[in-house]
Amino acid sequence: MTEFFGKRWHDMGGDPAGTINPDEHDFALWEKRVDALMVLTSAAGLMTTDSLRRVLEDMGPDAYETMTYYERWIASIAQNMVEAGAVTTEELGAKMAEVRARGVTYGAAS
Amino acid sequence: MPHDHHDHSHEGLSPSGHPYRADNDTDLSYWQVMEIALRELLIKKGHLTAAQIHAQINAMDSRSPANGARVVARAWVDPEFKAALLDNAGEASRAMGFDIGPMHLIALENTDKVHNVVVCTLCSCYPRNLLGLPPDWYKSRAYRSRTVIEPRKVLSEFGLIIPEQMQVRVHDSTADMRYIVVPAQPEDSFGLSEGELAAWVTRDSMIGVSLPLAPQ
Repeated sequence: MTEFFGKRWHDMGGDPAGTINPDEHDFALWEKRVDALMVLTSAAGLMTTDSLRRVLEDMGPDAYETMTYYERWIASIAQNMVEAGAVTTEELGAKMAEVRARGVTYGAAS
Repeated sequence: MPHDHHDHSHEGLSPSGHPYRADNDTDLSYWQVMEIALRELLIKKGHLTAAQIHAQINAMDSRSPANGARVVARAWVDPEFKAALLDNAGEASRAMGFDIGPMHLIALENTDKVHNVVVCTLCSCYPRNLLGLPPDWYKSRAYRSRTVIEPRKVLSEFGLIIPEQMQVRVHDSTADMRYIVVPAQPEDSFGLSEGELAAWVTRDSMIGVSLPLAPQ
C-alpha cells in the first residue's frame, strides 16, 4: 500500500466489503490465555489498550488477512513486553526454542 | 443464550452451538509457541503468576450475555433503574454487582422510533464485561466497514428489517467508550417477571443486530 487515502488501513469504517460471515467459534485455551495475558500485563502497568492497538495497526493490512485475531494479539503483546523491558528478544527466542522441543501439539508443549 | 441469526444443526457442535476450535491436539503453531513462551517467561520473571492467569480465564469464562440480559430485564421492569442506566450505565451496572472496569459504558434505548446498533470500526471494542468476548463477525472487516454506511442492509443480513419510518443510529465504539443496546421490550413479554424476562434478551439484541426473542 503506497497510496494514502487520508486514513490508515485499520480505520475501515465505510470501506467497501463483502457479506458478513455469521460463523462463530468457541475460544480455545491458548486464545483465552492470550486474552488473559493482555488483561494482566495491562493491570501490571506493562502495557495499555492503546499500546496493544498501536502494534496491531503497525502490522498493516496483510496481517489482518493472514493472521487470526489472537495471533495478532500475542504478536503485539510480545512486542509490548520487549518494549517494556519485561522480557528480551533473546529470552523469548530461547524460550520458544525450548517450548518447540517439548512436542508437536499444544497440549504437549504447554 | 440463543443466537438469533443462524439456524444451523447443532450436531458436532459445542454446548453453546459453535464448532469446537481445535485446541490441545493440533499441530503447534508459531503463535501458540510464542504464547506459551511469553507466559512462562512472565511468570518466571515475577511479572505474573500462574494463579492470576487461571483466575483471569475463569473470570472471563464467567462473563456471558446473561449478565447484560439481567441489566436489560431490570431496566424493563424498574423505571428508576432504567433512568439510572441511561444516565450512567457503568454506575448502574456496578450497582447490580457487575465489574465494568475503567471504561465508560453507555446504554442506548431502542424505542418505536429509534433502533440502535453498535460497531467498532477501528478494532473490536465491545462491552466484554457485560457480554463476554465479542463474536467473530463483530471483529470482521465486513461488519466493521459496512455497518456505518449501510446499516439497514447489514441488519437485513442478520434477518432484521427496520421499518423505513424508524431511525437507525449507529454507534462506533472506542477503547474507552463502549455501548450496550437496551432493546425495546416485546409486547408478548409484558407482565413477566424480571427473571423470566432476562431469558428473552439475547446477545445480538444488545449489540443491536436483532430483537429480543421468546425463549425456546
